[in-house]
Parts: sequence; structure tokens; C-alpha cells
Amino acid sequence: MPEVEIRKFASVVEEVFHEGGPRATTPLRRAAVIAVIRNPFAGAYVEDIQPFMEDLKPLGLMMANRLVDLLGGDPSVVEGYGKGAIVGAAGELEHGALWHAPGGYAMREVLGDAMAIVPSTKKVGGPGTRLDVPITHINASYVRSHFDAMELGLNDAPRADEMALMLVMTTGPRVHNRAGGLAADKITGKDGLR
Amino acid sequence: MSANIRKLAVWVEETHTEMGKTITPATRKAVAVAVIANPFAGRYAEDLSDLIEIGAELGGLLGARCVAALGIEPGQAQSYGKAAMVGEGGELEHAAAILHPKLGAPLRAAVEKGAALVPSSKKMGGPGQVLDVPLGHKDAAYVRSHFDGIEVRLNDAPRAGEIMVAVAVTDSGRPLPRVGGLTHAEAEGKDGLR
Repeated sequence: MPEVEIRKFASVVEEVFHEGGPRATTPLRRAAVIAVIRNPFAGAYVEDIQPFMEDLKPLGLMMANRLVDLLGGDPSVVEGYGKGAIVGAAGELEHGALWHAPGGYAMREVLGDAMAIVPSTKKVGGPGTRLDVPITHINASYVRSHFDAMELGLNDAPRADEMALMLVMTTGPRVHNRAGGLAADKITGKDGLR
Repeated sequence: MSANIRKLAVWVEETHTEMGKTITPATRKAVAVAVIANPFAGRYAEDLSDLIEIGAELGGLLGARCVAALGIEPGQAQSYGKAAMVGEGGELEHAAAILHPKLGAPLRAAVEKGAALVPSSKKMGGPGQVLDVPLGHKDAAYVRSHFDGIEVRLNDAPRAGEIMVAVAVTDSGRPLPRVGGLTHAEAEGKDGLR
């Protein structure tokens, strides 16, 4: 089974105080962790790629724990999450799909009983490619105030034989959310949707 | 006048391997960026002292954010840099007012010492544009292994009436330095050059 070879990690924390409207008493924080790893399947078609999902699990857990640390160490402050992958040019989109299970379940595990599916996106791209990683509420996907996204990328990755794997967590709604819909304090949090 | 900060972002990257070689310990760079309202957007102002004071405020704030993000003692910082990108409603001179007169002293306090000139760059730009922050050794500008840079980019800044101000700090040089010159270990750090 291929080892996960990590070339670099990057992390970012954003604090949003306002966006032209009233200053938030508690700023919204959005954190992301990116791991740039070697794509063991780059350059050739490989039929059986699923074992690599197992290899990625420890990385997913480590990245999810790093995110919680970046947000101060208390998982209960996390209200939104998302994930994504950029596959370097010698790989295929399907390789990015290997991140779904290890990335998503790692965050749900670290956050306790997060109910909602982790929204995701992926693409093939070269160094400098940016990915708009979608974000939704961790317990109820329909919470409208928490629909958000974070643009992520690195100038030097992914190289052709690499993948950039991303996890994102946020601490609350958009800073001036006022588009209605299901509110976070109205969810039942049982089916992951409402 | 203190800065009207719309958002703050702190980016950290760690390089664990480069060209197949393991980097131990990983090289690490941090860049902290503030998106602030430009008090002089849309008009010519002769006296830029408000921006000069904002520069002093941000030098300390962003320097401390970088040091905290790296989890180091201030004295462990090895290189630094600064840069600003002015939204289209401002002028290049606004970046100069923030960066040059007063930003350096509080930044140096945040990283201890800092005998060397803080390398800088500035430009006009719009949301999503890349700002490259130059990096140089903080006590001896001729240390060749520490000439570097780090890119910072926010998809939503700077808006026309905003300025992006960035400070970068590292605890290391390039991952595989081998072009000779003065080394970190050899630097005296008295005159800021060698």
C-alpha cells in the first residue's frame, strides 16, 4: 500500500470583522488546512485505487485536529465545514474522489456527532490553481446563514504528480447574513439536513 | 486614527520535502494580512499621517500574529518582509505611508532585534490579485539562504476603498539553500548587513 508522502502543509485562518455593515461582536473565523502529497497513481491508469483511502485516514484526522487547534482548540466552536482536492495534471479527477471518505469522516469524528454531509468540490489543475471549497452547517445542510466558501490554493502546488487536499472549518454564519431560510437555532439536527 | 480592519488572515506554510529530499526541521513561513479601509480613497490628501499611524499599529499586530502562528519565541524569527496593495480608489503613495515611516519599529519589537532593513514591495490592485512579499534575514541582509518571498492573495480584497497590508515572518530559510554566500550561523547581526 502506498505511503502518504507529504511535501508541504499550509494553513490559513481568516477573521472577518465586517463587510461594509455593522461590525460583528464576535468575528467570523474561517480556517483551512492544505496538505500537498504525492499522487501515487500519477502518470498511469490504475484500476484499484480504493486502498489509498485507508492510507489517507490518519492524514485526515491530523488535518482535522490541526483545524480545531487553529480555531483555539475547542471543537464546539465549529459550525461549518467543507473539503476539496486539486489533482495535479498527471493524475485524474477520480484520484481527488479518494479524499471524500477520509477527509469527511475525519472532521465528523473530531467534531463529535456532526450530522450533515461535508460539502466538497474537486478539480484537476496546476500550480497556482484556486479551488472554491464549499462550506455548510455541520449538523443541518439547509441552514442558509452558513452557506459559504473559501478560496484556497498554493502558488507552487499541485505539481503534476501531486494532490492538494483541503479541509475547512468555520465558526459561524456569513458576517452579514440576512437572506432568510432555515436558521441555525431552528434545526432539529437529526437527519443532517434540517 | 486606528485602522478600520475588515478582515485579518494568517497563512502558514511548512515544507517537509523538496525535490525528494526530506527537510528536517520543515522550513516554515507565515504571512499575516489585514484588509483595512483606506481613509483617503477617492481624494487627494497631502498629509498622510493617518496612514503612517496605521502602519505603526499594523506592524506590531501583524508581526505578533505571524510569531504566534509559527508558535515560536520572538527571538527565533529569522527573516521578515512587508508589502501593501492599494485598491483602485487609492494611490501608491498610500502604501508607502503605511509601510515605510513607522511600521518597522513595532515589527522589530515583535521579532526581537531586526537589525536589517525590512524588505518591501507595493502595488495597486484589485480583489484576488497576488501580492508577493519579499523576505530577507532580519539581522543581516546579506544572508543568502534567507532571500525568499511568500505570496498572499485574498479573493475579496482589496476593494476599491481598501488597502491590504501584509507582514511575513519565518523561522527558517529556503528548504535546500546551496548557492553559497553569508550563512545564518556566520551572521553577526550588528550593522544589519552581515
